[in-house]
Amino acid sequence: MTTLIDCDKNTKVRVTKLNAKGDLKQRLISFGIMKKTVIKVLEHAPAKSTIEIKVGKMRIAMRAKEAALIEVEKLDE
Amino acid sequence: MNNEEVKSCPVTAKHIKIALVGQPNVGKSMLINSVSNAHLQVGNFSGVTVDKSEVLFDYKEYSFTVVDLPGTYAFTDYTIEERVTHDYLCAESYDIIINVIDSTSLEKNLQLTAELMTMSKNMLIALNMSDEAKKESIDINAKYMSELLDIPCIKVSAVTKEGIEELVDAVILLKEQDKQVQKLIFSEAVEEEITIIVEYLKKHKYQAVNSHRNIAINLLKNNEKTYEKLHENPIWTQLQPILIESSKHIELHHDTDDIKEAFAEEYAAFNRGIVTEVLHKTKIKETKTLTEKIDSVLIHPIVGIPIFLFFMWGLFQLTFEIGSIPMDWIDAFFTWFGSTVGSTITHDGVRSLIVDGIIAGVGAVILFIPNIIILFIGIALLESTGYMSRVAFLLDGFFHKFGLHGQSFIPLVSGFGCSIPAYMSARILKNDRDRLLTLFIISFMSCGARLPVYVLFIGAFFSPQMAANMLFAIYIAGAMLGLVAAKILKLTAFKGSDEPFVMEMPKYRLPSLRLMWHTVFTKTMMYLKKAGTFIAAASMLIWFLSNYPQNLQLSHEYASKIKKTSNIEEKKDLKNKLAEAHLEQSYLGVIGKFSQPLFEPLGFDWKMSVALQTGLAAKEVVVSTLGVLYALGDDVDEENKSLISAISKNISFASAVSFIVVIMIYLPCLAASIVFTREAGGIKYFFYLFTFTSIGAYFMAYIAYNIVQLFSY
Repeated sequence: MTTLIDCDKNTKVRVTKLNAKGDLKQRLISFGIMKKTVIKVLEHAPAKSTIEIKVGKMRIAMRAKEAALIEVEKLDE
Repeated sequence: MNNEEVKSCPVTAKHIKIALVGQPNVGKSMLINSVSNAHLQVGNFSGVTVDKSEVLFDYKEYSFTVVDLPGTYAFTDYTIEERVTHDYLCAESYDIIINVIDSTSLEKNLQLTAELMTMSKNMLIALNMSDEAKKESIDINAKYMSELLDIPCIKVSAVTKEGIEELVDAVILLKEQDKQVQKLIFSEAVEEEITIIVEYLKKHKYQAVNSHRNIAINLLKNNEKTYEKLHENPIWTQLQPILIESSKHIELHHDTDDIKEAFAEEYAAFNRGIVTEVLHKTKIKETKTLTEKIDSVLIHPIVGIPIFLFFMWGLFQLTFEIGSIPMDWIDAFFTWFGSTVGSTITHDGVRSLIVDGIIAGVGAVILFIPNIIILFIGIALLESTGYMSRVAFLLDGFFHKFGLHGQSFIPLVSGFGCSIPAYMSARILKNDRDRLLTLFIISFMSCGARLPVYVLFIGAFFSPQMAANMLFAIYIAGAMLGLVAAKILKLTAFKGSDEPFVMEMPKYRLPSLRLMWHTVFTKTMMYLKKAGTFIAAASMLIWFLSNYPQNLQLSHEYASKIKKTSNIEEKKDLKNKLAEAHLEQSYLGVIGKFSQPLFEPLGFDWKMSVALQTGLAAKEVVVSTLGVLYALGDDVDEENKSLISAISKNISFASAVSFIVVIMIYLPCLAASIVFTREAGGIKYFFYLFTFTSIGAYFMAYIAYNIVQLFSY
């Protein structure tokens, strides 16, 4: 199982499942992060504590803990 | 659209109430500003508007009320600000919704639009930032989009004011029309289930307020209010199994156990369809955008934080270096002004009130206007460029160690300007515990009103070369103490799990000069207004308390002593002693002497003790109190009236350090305390804050005082 936090910088992935619950899940969905969404990993903060991703045209920052709840599959460039 | 254009009578004019809704940071407040010439606060990060605000204006024969609602990504109650919007849209009465959309990010913005469409209210879409979209060669066919959605879509730009008039005309047109029918179409699977429920409702002749379709959608979406309503109805018993069956089908179709997720996917699919139809983007090679290029440096894992610290250091350097230039002129002006005005007044008491009370007090506060302006410019830049969110990103890991949330950074930075908006903006934090924790440490971020105290004391004890660095050190020390305080609170009072950190990073924008000027000007005027009213009144009160009761006997005593001696030096000394003696037996002197034992361990004389107490009303008053007290004490010494030199002469270095520590930590001003109490949700929190900051300030100042004393011997 690959999650968003396992991905290197500048990789493109597709979401396969959201393991988040309740409010957080709603939040992710309202940011456009749902099944089949394509995400690009842009940047890691020091010690990978926080990552920056790109969904569509929106850049989103999230903590490692939240990123680990998003299951993804890698896309070939 | 000027307010002056057509002044129609408010009673006979037709009235239109508009609710302005949109995702965060799409320029809602800015749009209102350009429609009505209002002055709502704008910035480039999500969460600038945290409470609804109403703006009134007239156009043609209509009078408009626009309600600016906090930005919301979707109809959730994730944060307090989002709850404000959701509650307003569901419970209040208004005529029209204007859904503001960022044209450069259509698909994401439509997600909220789709939800708004299910509300069956008259709606209009403002495709904002059309100027930016043009630059990015994004072309939206607004006419076609209007037809597809059956909602008027108008291209506007709040910055260039393009399309604004058209938008207001469209609102009027819409008002005259009948209710719109929404054209939101779901996938076949969902439409099938909707039809089943609609058929059932029709068969049992259920009276719908909007439409049967609407009820069906709301039921499938688990809308609580619709449930409540139907629950009372006898048809419920038969409807429920149908509903459960339908929900199961939809969930199965979307391969999820969460109906909300299924609907979100439905909306997304619908939106993708719309975007494919109306959006034409000239395909440019996928190169890095400017924002990404800037980000690769500014949020770099290694150099990102040093760069941020450098920016902050530079800001304080500028605050001091540039700010000190006009300070001398202002100081000279008030000295000249005081003596000029003073020479025209013959009555001793009145002259003293005007010169030593009002002019010394207000002048001491006005003196710091240049520093304040530079600080405000710095904060405005941070807010309007989009850099703020980057710093939140960079610092989240670090903040997290202290039990704070990365997004706490936003209210904390606002706290450097003024605590009041900072307390308000803590609303962007979702979880109450995190929000309370942030509220408690906001006052550790020294606000603009404390800047004068620091500048004054630094000026008195450090060389100009060191001054800016010292100022930076004070601010950093305050922030560090805040973090430590956060950790202590997190381990004791606010134990609990962490709030998730998921935050949008806005695109970088060059702040417009007009906007910057406006923000800084408004804030500076507020500071000046405060100096002219509140501070002036406080100065008068302090002057009165420090001049009365007058003791004639004391004057006579010294007058005879002065007569006896012929030595000029001795005369001067006696005059000074007389002024001191007068001050000490005044009301303020009595209060100061009474509380002095409490502050003695911190090394404060009674004047400093009084200044701290008056500072509870407002931090600027600390400076004006010192100004009045030392101006009176120094009355005889005509050559040197400057407050800075009075301080370096009368206060020891160790006492000064401990004084600054107290200023840094103790209770924010009265107005801020009131806002804190309201935002925290109870008077008990005020008492917690009072206890927490007072003990903290006393303890830290005691340590600082003793350490400095140890080193100075």
